[in-house]
Amino acid sequence: MEILEIKNLTSSYDNHEAIKDVNIKIENGEYICLVGENGSGKSTLIKAMIGLQKKDSGEIIKNISDDKIAYVAQNNMKDLSFPATAKEIIMTGVQRHRRLPFYRKSDWVLFENVCNMLNIKDIVNRQIGELSGGQRQRVILARALIREPELIILDEPCSGLDVNITKELYDILEKLHTEKGLTIIMATHDLYEIKAKDVRVICMATTVKFDGKIEDFKGLE
Amino acid sequence: MNIIVELLNYPFMQRALICGVAISFCAALIGVILVLKNYSMIGHGLGEVGFAALSLALVFNLPEMSVAIPIVIIASFIILLISQKKGASGDVTIALVSTAALAFGVIITSISKGFNIDVYNYMFGSVLSMTTSDVIVSVVLSIILVILYAFFYNRLFMITFDEKFAKVCGINVTFYQFLISLITAIVVVLGMRMMGTLLISSLIVFPAIIARKLTNSFKSMVILSVLISVICFIFGMLFSFFLNLPTGACIVGIYVVEYFGASIWSHFLRKA
Repeated sequence: MEILEIKNLTSSYDNHEAIKDVNIKIENGEYICLVGENGSGKSTLIKAMIGLQKKDSGEIIKNISDDKIAYVAQNNMKDLSFPATAKEIIMTGVQRHRRLPFYRKSDWVLFENVCNMLNIKDIVNRQIGELSGGQRQRVILARALIREPELIILDEPCSGLDVNITKELYDILEKLHTEKGLTIIMATHDLYEIKAKDVRVICMATTVKFDGKIEDFKGLE
Repeated sequence: MNIIVELLNYPFMQRALICGVAISFCAALIGVILVLKNYSMIGHGLGEVGFAALSLALVFNLPEMSVAIPIVIIASFIILLISQKKGASGDVTIALVSTAALAFGVIITSISKGFNIDVYNYMFGSVLSMTTSDVIVSVVLSIILVILYAFFYNRLFMITFDEKFAKVCGINVTFYQFLISLITAIVVVLGMRMMGTLLISSLIVFPAIIARKLTNSFKSMVILSVLISVICFIFGMLFSFFLNLPTGACIVGIYVVEYFGASIWSHFLRKA
């Protein structure tokens, strides 16, 4: 089943066409890597998908509720002294448009589950700035996963992180994809660290330059 | 101790205490969000808008609060709307609106009676001259603000920490930004009588920055900020009475001492 369809999408950023005539269909359960040079339009496309970037023309058709979509931004937290614990940050993930802004018992069960899954139980009461880059990114991933998403969209989640942490994070995503059938769309530069099978690669250069299997893309390079 | 108990028998001291505690409480709550969102100067800017509004009310002999509250709320919304536009900086917007309002206030005051005692009180604060109607307005509005803050606490934290993520989650960020602006505007107007338009921003900013030095979670920052704000107000008011000095300035003096104490404490805590 198609969960997302992008039709002739064009979007500009600072009076510059960041993406032009993009056409993509995304099926439920796919693992998609968006690749391309810096400035190729990966981030703009992702932001357009989640509603953070206005489109000039075209359509984005979602056959999935916004509540079932989660987003993980780049690893670029600027203010490390921000007084917030990992727990406070993760719990914001349960907030939704049409519900009261209080946490229920069931939300705390989801919190326990996601902390166990990502092995972060020991760090939840620590301030976000005290954590290592890898731990911090796990917290941000936990905030997305606590929403129990069917689709997770990640914008270069490992930028600035070392190779081991990157591998660790990709392993978690692979597990979620294979065991829970999570649909993943991820902008990345580290294609060679991805070990998951049946990965679809979309290479961007303002428009879609390649759309196919990861093996075929690697063969072209 | 007996002197303090005796002091509290005076109606003007009771009014000052009730108003001061209520306003300090609210200022600390909103201060946490403004400091963390780098909007510390908005209190100062709105204070100057408040000065213009009060000058207008005094000249036309209108009820001060009912003129100041809507004008400061509108100014707060204008600052928010302009600063949201691409390429606009929050600081520049605050500077533009506040200096324009201050100039307007000075002109209005000068072409009428000049700087009389009412204007002076609003510029430098005079908590001991609070009337019964001031107490009622302050307490009722403070209760409403605290209820709003408590109800939307989780959402306010979410937006303060990561506005983009909140948008992606379908939260109406604009509504909460307006809510923050509204609370800020009301706190500024209520606090002007106590701290004066020139010092009102300190009531909002100092408790939050002191608390930030001593805590590592949002919740503890909010609680500590409220405690600091209320305690500093009570001591400031007592110093002001005994030393016959302006209350606002005494409160800021205590904040400054506490800020240095907190800085030294956090410095050693990090080293330990």
